[in-house]
Amino acid sequence: MSDTDVPILQLNNVESSYGPVKAIRGVSLSVKAGSIVTVLGSNGAGKSTILKTISGIIDPRKGSVLYRGQAIQKLDPARIVKLGIVQVPEGREIFPFLTVNENLLMGAYTRPAADKAALANDLEMVFNYFPILRERARQPAGQLSGGQQQMLAISRALLAKPSIILLDEPSLGLSPKLTREIFEIIVRINREHGVTLLVVEQNAMVALKYSDYGYVLEVGRIVMEDACAALLEKEDIKEFYLGMKDSGVRGTRRWKKKKNWR
Amino acid sequence: MQFLQLVISGIAQGCIYGLIALGFVLIYKATETVNFAQGDLMMLGGFFGLSCMVVLGMPFWVAFLATLAVAMLFGMLMERALLRPLLGQPAFTVVMLTIGIGYLARGMVTMIPGWGTETHTLPVPYKDEVLRVVIGSGDPLILSTEHMVIIAVTAFLIAILFLFFRYTKLGIAMQATSQNQLAAFYMGIPVRRINMLVWGISAAVSACAGLLLAPITFVHVNMGYIGLKAFPAAVVGGFGSIPGALVGGLIIGIVESLAGFYLPEGFKDIAAYILVLVMLVILPNGLFGDKMRKKV
Ligand SMILES: Nc1ncnc2c1ncn2[C@@H]1O[C@H](COP(=O)(O)OP(=O)(O)OP(=O)(O)O)[C@@H](O)[C@H]1O
Ligand SMILES: [Mg+2]
Repeated sequence: MSDTDVPILQLNNVESSYGPVKAIRGVSLSVKAGSIVTVLGSNGAGKSTILKTISGIIDPRKGSVLYRGQAIQKLDPARIVKLGIVQVPEGREIFPFLTVNENLLMGAYTRPAADKAALANDLEMVFNYFPILRERARQPAGQLSGGQQQMLAISRALLAKPSIILLDEPSLGLSPKLTREIFEIIVRINREHGVTLLVVEQNAMVALKYSDYGYVLEVGRIVMEDACAALLEKEDIKEFYLGMKDSGVRGTRRWKKKKNWR
Repeated sequence: MQFLQLVISGIAQGCIYGLIALGFVLIYKATETVNFAQGDLMMLGGFFGLSCMVVLGMPFWVAFLATLAVAMLFGMLMERALLRPLLGQPAFTVVMLTIGIGYLARGMVTMIPGWGTETHTLPVPYKDEVLRVVIGSGDPLILSTEHMVIIAVTAFLIAILFLFFRYTKLGIAMQATSQNQLAAFYMGIPVRRINMLVWGISAAVSACAGLLLAPITFVHVNMGYIGLKAFPAAVVGGFGSIPGALVGGLIIGIVESLAGFYLPEGFKDIAAYILVLVMLVILPNGLFGDKMRKKV
């Protein structure tokens, strides 16, 4: 098997819980290096839990997480960042009283100090993606708008020089226009720097449009997977995630059926 | 002159309160717990420095630096061995633990025969010296060297801490961790090691306060009760603000010093608490509580 055939990230039957609450129940998924993969699911489906498990914030009960074929599910978060997996968490989670610049510097925390020139280069790169951050570089990050904070969170992650970025609902609280802009930059980052992306979303329309491959998560289980173009054609996806119902009667029946799966 | 002299000795006393308050605040911001053993760490620092000088015969400045280093290690060890296993427990449990550590520290020191139960003088080289400063044609200002050393060393220490938190990667990471611990984990910042270091710095700052105070109040097992005055200092400054802790300490020191001279007997000891009550009514968040909230 050649190097490119090994998925950069693979989850095998991963089960994670919060105390007695099982949040994901046997999730398997695989991310090809250089691709953009999305996981769709509604509130409480377990999307964030998947990403937290990959990042080592919570340890899975069962199953394994493989990074380039190597098991990482027992490593601590700092080790996982060093390996090249970094997360842009749900709700941005910036450092509000540090300046924009200091926030970016914290993104590069795991990089060796000798990396100064490369770091300056990367700062220039994120400022080119998001020019507003250059203007606000010396302001406390808490004074940025929600959209600007999302840009900062993505930039901060980029400064870790990751091979794969985990994005938790980047569209949260953003206007449709800004959401599209952010996704367009995500695609550019992917194309221009070969960074792999695993994007978790509720906004299926946008996520499917910009990603290569998609999984659908319901109550902690993967119920569907396919190339995004194919998923966009599926009836269930159209109905439940894109809000395009054909007929009222059928829609209600399907909805009931969906309820029964729980 | 009288007034100025009182203010200066108040500032010196206030520096001590401020340093201990700083110790409280550092730990509070990093781990959201209040370390009630802060004053006892100061007492241990005093005894350790005393032992270095009297038993081991070290010169004062060597003993001073040795005490800071050992206190730092001690603080880190305390975090690693006693506090980290309690991670995730309610704050109350942790507070009870720190109170317990305080009792333990005092108990252990008392058990050292002929040492822990006595009151000792720290033989500092600048003991009992005074500086006379002549201003204009009036009486000269008489300043005790002990007070001047306290003020100078505190200013130096604060400057170092300021530069550390403001300009070093590690210092900024400490701020980051105290502002958003989860995000720090996501960035690969070693949060637990950082918290351990915060306990170390906090213990070293307290020990430093102990050594500075020792020439004035002597070294004895209960010298840590001065920590009870550092609490009002932290509250006046707005619990959780580093500049606030220092300013709060200075205010309490000055008020106490003036109250001791101008007000009837007894007011000196309660002045700090009256100030806190007034403060809580007028400015519930303290002087720096609002703007500076959550800044290491
Ligand atoms: N800290 C927690 N403690 C207990 N249960 C939790 C915790 N976090 C999440 N859960 C539960 O785990 C399940 C999955 O949560 P998760 O946060 O992964 O959902 P999500 O798909 O990210 O939802 P959203 O779109 O609302 O962010 C939910 O049932 C939730 O109630
Ligand atoms: Mg979520």
